[in-house]
Amino acid sequence: MPWDRNQMAARAAEELEDGMYVNLGIGIPTLVANYVGDKDITLQSENGMLGMGPFPYEGEEDPDLINAGKQTITELPKTAYFDSAMSFGMIRGGKIAAAILGAMEVAENGDLANWMIPGKLVKGMGGAMDLVAGVGRVIVVMDHTNKHGDSKVLKECTLPLTGTGVVDRIITNFGVLDVVEGGLKIVELADGVTEDELRAATEATIVN
Amino acid sequence: MNKVYGSAAEALDGLLRDDMLIAAGGFGLCGIPELLIDAIVESGVKDLTIASNNCGVDGFGLGKLLDTKQIKKMMSSYVGENAEFMRQYLSGELELEFNPQGTLAERMRAGGCGIPGFYTKTGVGTQIAEGKEVKQFGGEDYILEEGIFADVSIVKAWKADTTGNCVFRKTARNFNPPAAMCGKVCVMEVEEIVEPGELDPDHIHLPGIFVHRIVKGEHEKRIEKVTTRSREDA
Repeated sequence: MPWDRNQMAARAAEELEDGMYVNLGIGIPTLVANYVGDKDITLQSENGMLGMGPFPYEGEEDPDLINAGKQTITELPKTAYFDSAMSFGMIRGGKIAAAILGAMEVAENGDLANWMIPGKLVKGMGGAMDLVAGVGRVIVVMDHTNKHGDSKVLKECTLPLTGTGVVDRIITNFGVLDVVEGGLKIVELADGVTEDELRAATEATIVN
Repeated sequence: MNKVYGSAAEALDGLLRDDMLIAAGGFGLCGIPELLIDAIVESGVKDLTIASNNCGVDGFGLGKLLDTKQIKKMMSSYVGENAEFMRQYLSGELELEFNPQGTLAERMRAGGCGIPGFYTKTGVGTQIAEGKEVKQFGGEDYILEEGIFADVSIVKAWKADTTGNCVFRKTARNFNPPAAMCGKVCVMEVEEIVEPGELDPDHIHLPGIFVHRIVKGEHEKRIEKVTTRSREDA
């Protein structure tokens, strides 16, 4: 059985180290916060907050306190608020150690596409282009294939790009891959997934 | 110097015209200038270009100005969760200039600081870079982005004194300070107006020099995605 969403999030949480300032994207990346355990991680929300706390208890939602996914959240003793220009100053300025983001497509050279499907779905890049251009390490968490079974791990992206050569590591339901010279290197297989299965689901070049 | 106006319509009086550029604060529905948006709807002014990270949601916030077709062009980073925004864009009724979120914030801040352009790595090699000057610094490519100089800014703060010194609350600050700074005239709506001296001068988030007109009102403060945890998990 490939990993489920929570197992992917738990695996992604292993990438985080004590003392890191980290930005988590919308979707599966948001779940990573549930698996950081005792590690001293400070979560950044790019609308303008460091030190993001958990969701509020019912009845305690504050309309003035949301994350980048527009969900209600809470603050922590270490929280700081700031405006969006300063927020992206710390992103662009390389102060954020890592971003964990979702993706529509990733290519073997580290190109990332996650903001639109021309003529069909317009989401917008939000802060993703700034994040991939600015943070220390970009980790993508996504399903290995789309709902039609086609690989999302490609030789070249077909969709409009979010950034070129920006992805460092890909965590999917099939396993973990690193972007290296010449293609992708298998770092780890998900429990119960064979190397052949991962290779079959991957269009990108896999190097040893 | 009286900056305090009695209503949103009065605060906007004489400032609105067709085909103007308005910078709006807010992120999603958080910290949006609800009252000023409603007053712009009422004014009937049209062919607006609006620089704002989002365009509200269907039927609320800037989404109201989409419904009335008063917007010609949006400068935004995010369309998601707004069906009418996507529909008008895909059908060609609405122009949309995509701006990465940080680039949009910095373009506003830069405009407000008298900086007409800056170079950024954000968007290099993507659609965003098309037609923009590329310059190398330290062997890496950067693209030229221009400061935004808006005709009018509409923003929301928590509290302001009568001179416009103001404080924001939690993540409702977001785009409000940079949006406020980049307008020739900045109109601010607040939840509370206090006398000068009541706000600690060391705790002012945006000095009153950037704020020209202030209006107080009641805010709905709609929440886009109520997300909670159960007490049993604690």
